[in-house]
Amino acid sequence: MSEQIRLRRGLDIPLNGEATPKITKRISPDSVAIKPLDYRALNPKLLVKEGDMVKAGTPILMDKKRPEIKICSPISGVVSEIFRGEKRKLLEIRVKPDGENQSLEFASVDYKKADRQTLVDLLLESGLWANIKQRPYGTIPDSSVVPKAIFISSFDSSPLAPDMDFALSGQMDMVQIGVDVLSKLTSGGIHVGFHTSNYVSSPIHKLNNIISHTFAGKHPAGNVGVQIHHISPINKGEVVWTLDLFSVAAIGRLFAKKVYDVKKVIAITGPRCANPSYIEVIPGTNLSAIKEYIAVDEKDNLPARVISGNVLTGDNVGESGYLGNFHNQITILSEGKYFEMFGWIKPLRLKKFSISRSYFSWLMPSKKYDLDTNLNGGDRAFVVTGLYEKVLPMDIYPMHLLKAIMAGDIDKMEALGIYEIIEEDMALCEFVCPSKIEIQEIVSQGIDLMIKEMS
Amino acid sequence: MKALRKLVDNIKPTFSKGGKLSFLHSSFDAFETFLFVPDKVTFKGTHVRDSIDLKRTMTMVITALMPALLFGMWNVGYQHSIATGVQMDFIEIFTYGFIKVLPLIIVSYGVGLGIEFAAAQIRGHEVNEGYLVTGMLIPLIMPVDLPLWMLALSVAFAVIVGKEVFGGTGMNIWNPALLARAFAFFAYPSYMSGDKVWVSGLTKGEGIIDGFSGATPLANAQAGLEVPDFWDMFFGFIPGSVGETSAFAILLGAALLIYTGIGSWKIMFSVFAGGLLTGLLLNGVAPADSYLALPAWNHLVMGGFAFGAVFMATDPVTASQTERGKWIYGFLIGVIAVIIRVFNPGYPEGMMLSILLLNTFAPLIDHVVVQSNIKKRLKRAVIK
Repeated sequence: MSEQIRLRRGLDIPLNGEATPKITKRISPDSVAIKPLDYRALNPKLLVKEGDMVKAGTPILMDKKRPEIKICSPISGVVSEIFRGEKRKLLEIRVKPDGENQSLEFASVDYKKADRQTLVDLLLESGLWANIKQRPYGTIPDSSVVPKAIFISSFDSSPLAPDMDFALSGQMDMVQIGVDVLSKLTSGGIHVGFHTSNYVSSPIHKLNNIISHTFAGKHPAGNVGVQIHHISPINKGEVVWTLDLFSVAAIGRLFAKKVYDVKKVIAITGPRCANPSYIEVIPGTNLSAIKEYIAVDEKDNLPARVISGNVLTGDNVGESGYLGNFHNQITILSEGKYFEMFGWIKPLRLKKFSISRSYFSWLMPSKKYDLDTNLNGGDRAFVVTGLYEKVLPMDIYPMHLLKAIMAGDIDKMEALGIYEIIEEDMALCEFVCPSKIEIQEIVSQGIDLMIKEMS
Repeated sequence: MKALRKLVDNIKPTFSKGGKLSFLHSSFDAFETFLFVPDKVTFKGTHVRDSIDLKRTMTMVITALMPALLFGMWNVGYQHSIATGVQMDFIEIFTYGFIKVLPLIIVSYGVGLGIEFAAAQIRGHEVNEGYLVTGMLIPLIMPVDLPLWMLALSVAFAVIVGKEVFGGTGMNIWNPALLARAFAFFAYPSYMSGDKVWVSGLTKGEGIIDGFSGATPLANAQAGLEVPDFWDMFFGFIPGSVGETSAFAILLGAALLIYTGIGSWKIMFSVFAGGLLTGLLLNGVAPADSYLALPAWNHLVMGGFAFGAVFMATDPVTASQTERGKWIYGFLIGVIAVIIRVFNPGYPEGMMLSILLLNTFAPLIDHVVVQSNIKKRLKRAVIK
């Protein structure tokens, strides 16, 4: 057992609506979408047209610059619509499922004996390659680069996140095969981060062929980026891979059953969720299938926001939007479209949560809140200092890094640690910011700039 | 509340884009957000936000200033009473001070906010809350009898040259309130120093009783005279700028700032530590009966030391922004303030200059701290 890494900085946002561990619905969607924007720096080229029949595993998109990289349909059906935005930007490729859920049959590969290239080729062909993320930057990995190591977080610490042990129950054999495959792709081993509270009982901890690390602390302790920072930080020129356990299980199924099967159990949560629980879905599912989970706000009649993902990093996709490929939960909460008279000067405001002691929420550490999407203020310049550091358990100066990004100073960004973060790692900084600065957006611009300048 | 909301909604189109008074958009917005937390919702990034904002932050600082302000008002009356020998009861004393101090506050806010609103209008930004605090700080660090036009000019200088030319709140290099004081200090020295300016009424030659000196303890110390009793200085029954005299009232404010986490306790602590250690060091080498021999703890309660440490040095925009830098920054403020006081006959009060000096060097301190982090990151790459 490796040593325990204790993170003192972080924050668990106390939101109402945690999922109870039972599966309340297995969704067979009316429509499924592949969203190119889920993949950073992908230059999508369409491989299908409207009306084409596809199976699970049929390539839908490829990367113009790296033709070996493909994004595949998660389900069998007919390509019903190619949805574009401004400047004909490709936003969604919608597939109408035929209900048969057939997969392409992939070649049989004995992963125990096969060489690395054979494994890589099958992953590329199946499209599951795109579920792996390469750090720095969180892009789809370059197939010519051997990663220093592969990192997997076995727990999600973000607000109302699903319990991975529950979501993956019964799939440990597939996860094990996935781990065995992945371990042949790197020389540095598969590093899995556990939370100290439950690693002993976690079935994930019983996997073979992994190197375990335990973490104690609040969110973002479960972020793989934070874990990498404490296990073996990324330096210039180094490349590591990360992926979530659902993708590992899908890789396992690809090699064990020769199918493309990315079905997963995700949490449906949030203050406005009528029945916080788990549902079985296919990535890209149309969320109109979860309408009955949206509770009506009887008191103030506020509209609901349906988020694909968690409240910190998810996308506001709307009630008829599509689940993102990498999102393992749905969060439903109220839109904060209301005025609050003298809200900023009220001494109590007991329904609001703040880490600042200018409110009293710190006196009620176990209280959960029905937070909404109100900005609680207006946009300002950086004023308060020392606050971001409290929720970023990394040896990084967040404000200086952000300023370097805003100034477009590549050398500074590099020196201050842009390689070690992606948006989700600094999401809490955005949550606590009294100046309401859109920090993830700034990080995103910084990473895009790095990709552009370094390629 | 609903009626007020309705009224605001009714007049809103006039100030919005395309409306008749759309050029006053920023001002309208400032008043609207003063009355109501806006219904703006998150758009990108995190979907929920902490309920703290700059308005709340600044309100806390102003609340923390209240003990110093109220005591300052009382002390203005009290000093006047003992200077003139007129017997006054508590209410009279406070009322006298209130009447003397209120115009300073009104002028400070009037001029400063006027410029802020205009600047926000020109830029098309929302009006920033920063001046709410600055506007309260400025009257508290001025002599009570300062002519109002001088105050207005100092405020205008501080806000325009000290802040707006750099881009407004969050972008300035020097603490605007101290800049206002520095401007007045160098432009109108006769109104900012000496024995007459600190007690209300003395400059107008109102009947002073024999033997009363309006000199501050700092001036006394410099002149080699006896300084008042430590506890008198601690509780603030001494002449001085309006809000700076009572270390006790200031510490009440400090307690609130530290409790809410809005003021950096690291800076406050290290300023006091720097001042005390320097004082002790000077005590150690001092010849008897010199300023150097003044017991070190007196420095912490004389003049603007406490006020500067708690309310000025901690201004997050102009202080060091790194946590390690804050220790160095605060410590040096304490050290240099005492050194200026003791060794420079020209300036009895070293706190203002010391903070402004360290404001200037704060980015350098941060640079060194950040650079060490960068070096660590580079070294890490070499080892592996």
